[in-house]
Amino acid sequence: MQPRQERKKMIQDAMVRTNARRRLADKLFTAVTVACIAAAMIPLGSILVEVVKNGAGAITAEFLTQPQGSIIAGDGGIGPAIQGTLLVVALASLIGIPVGVLAGIYLSEYARDSRFARAVRFLNNVMTGLPSIVIGIVGYVVLVLTIGSFNITAGAVALSIIMIPIIVGVTEETLKLVPNSVREAGHSLGIPKWKVTIFITLMAAKSGVLTGIVLAIARIAGETAPLIMTILGTSLFFQGFSGPVDALPLRIWRLASLPYEHAHSFGWGAALVLILIVLSLSIVLRFVVLRRKRGRVNVVKL
Amino acid sequence: MTSPPSFSESRKERKEFLSSFFLSAKRRGDGLFKWVVIGGAAYTLCMLLLVVFSVVDGSLPILFYQGPGFFTGTGWNPVEGRESYGALPYVIGTLASSGIAMAIGVPISLGIAVFITEIAPAKVGTPVGFVIEILAAIPSIVYGLWALFVFRFWILDYIEAPLYDTLGQSIPFFGPGPFGLDIFTAGIVLAIMIIPIVSAISREVLRAVPNSQREAAYSLGATRWEAVWHFIFPYAKAGILGAAILGLGRAVGETMLVTMVIGNTVGLAAIPDGLFSPGQTLSSLIANEFNEAASPLHASALIGLGATLFILTMAINIGAQLLVSRMVKVAPGAKE
Repeated sequence: MQPRQERKKMIQDAMVRTNARRRLADKLFTAVTVACIAAAMIPLGSILVEVVKNGAGAITAEFLTQPQGSIIAGDGGIGPAIQGTLLVVALASLIGIPVGVLAGIYLSEYARDSRFARAVRFLNNVMTGLPSIVIGIVGYVVLVLTIGSFNITAGAVALSIIMIPIIVGVTEETLKLVPNSVREAGHSLGIPKWKVTIFITLMAAKSGVLTGIVLAIARIAGETAPLIMTILGTSLFFQGFSGPVDALPLRIWRLASLPYEHAHSFGWGAALVLILIVLSLSIVLRFVVLRRKRGRVNVVKL
Repeated sequence: MTSPPSFSESRKERKEFLSSFFLSAKRRGDGLFKWVVIGGAAYTLCMLLLVVFSVVDGSLPILFYQGPGFFTGTGWNPVEGRESYGALPYVIGTLASSGIAMAIGVPISLGIAVFITEIAPAKVGTPVGFVIEILAAIPSIVYGLWALFVFRFWILDYIEAPLYDTLGQSIPFFGPGPFGLDIFTAGIVLAIMIIPIVSAISREVLRAVPNSQREAAYSLGATRWEAVWHFIFPYAKAGILGAAILGLGRAVGETMLVTMVIGNTVGLAAIPDGLFSPGQTLSSLIANEFNEAASPLHASALIGLGATLFILTMAINIGAQLLVSRMVKVAPGAKE
């Protein structure tokens, strides 16, 4: 009797101890995941604080509109960079948005699983992962060497190559979420397929497609590497399609590598402008375009 | 009876004519639009071909000049007449900095993904996920600026200096003296950069794990940690690996912030001889020297580095795509 009682007691004690250990391990685990969140938030907080703290002082009307003067004295501003970024992004969007949306329509509406479609889908995914500096080589070899000088067209083409796969992927995903009954309703009215696709299916998927477009624009607005190889950067305003232009990311890079205090404060100012452009794009998207929850698509790109 | 036969005939004809007109117009529109969208798809393929063509075309001169030795060489001398170019130190630098980024970034990303999908209630998880997505929206040049003027001093003062003072003398790995601008700094900043993408994909992968898996775990009395470790991770293994490899692809290709913090050395000196040694990656050398390329051969050597990078990332990306797509394809069928 005695040993059995003892044994039971022992087992119970052991179980309590194990449970305590298991509970402790679980608590520890939760704490570790929370620490992971903190590890990601701290840099984010620090970046935003530093950019605002160091950049806000630099921003004046002159800073936003004038070309760079003497950087040692801190004259002038980053006008050409702002203009160049807007121009080159607009030009890239002009190529990238239609092509991307059309290819997305093709993948979702016309050839869901043909071999060609699978190839397009796969290669698009691969292209999303190509380093942007490799894509810059295209602009350099195909357009800069042919035209004979660094130019805005080469930059726009390179940026459009970065943009297209993002838009293709999101457009396809979103269109696939549109229920078939919507298309059938259109067809039953005798509307031709292309009209159904553009005016009914695409409109039903509007918010998702727009999300993809805005994401792509935000992404290319901050790209630097391909611009080094294509538009070069200059302190002058736009001088035609075959001459160099400036862009905010390029200007930040050049300013950061100069050993002058004013250059650094200009760099922070330019970073603030760039972040405001990029973040306001995604915030406007989230709170204006995506206000209606329906048709929202998961925008994670593989 | 009263109406003349001709009228009904013409009406019929008219109807036929009209309907055939509409039909053909409809078919014409449809056919045209179909070709337009196929054109869009074909354009995207052409762009990839164009990338391949440019990379090959641009690196031909250096391959003719150096032969395959370009990939294994360690020299870097653009002086005319004594030119020698080799990609090896930058391949090593790329792999070293990305390796550090993976070692730090992937566990943190997994922790974030687990917190959002398994631990936090949706009210907490969704905003946290949103804030981390903002990290992904910040341009890499801004990360670079921050790393160059702020973060590198943190690393120097709080991590490198203590580590070097305590271990550096006895273990050469923690050498060669705290510097601040080195592969370690680059690796950590890269880790911060890949966290949003890796955690976002792991989150999707964890969401694809069927609930029956969780129910089974909890019905056996598992704690959260046990459920995640013994039931959820094994199920999501392939997808998590895919997410990590996609992160690796990002880290390998990232240019600007690496250029700003890696210390920029060339030639033999670019082969890292310790954790805190300055280095150079394929992309950072291109970014640094491209605008100052002394000769067409120099430019071609830089494009050759781009070709090496292209091959490296293609291999990584295709591997990751296969892994992730397998996982995500399994998931819908497994869901109840």
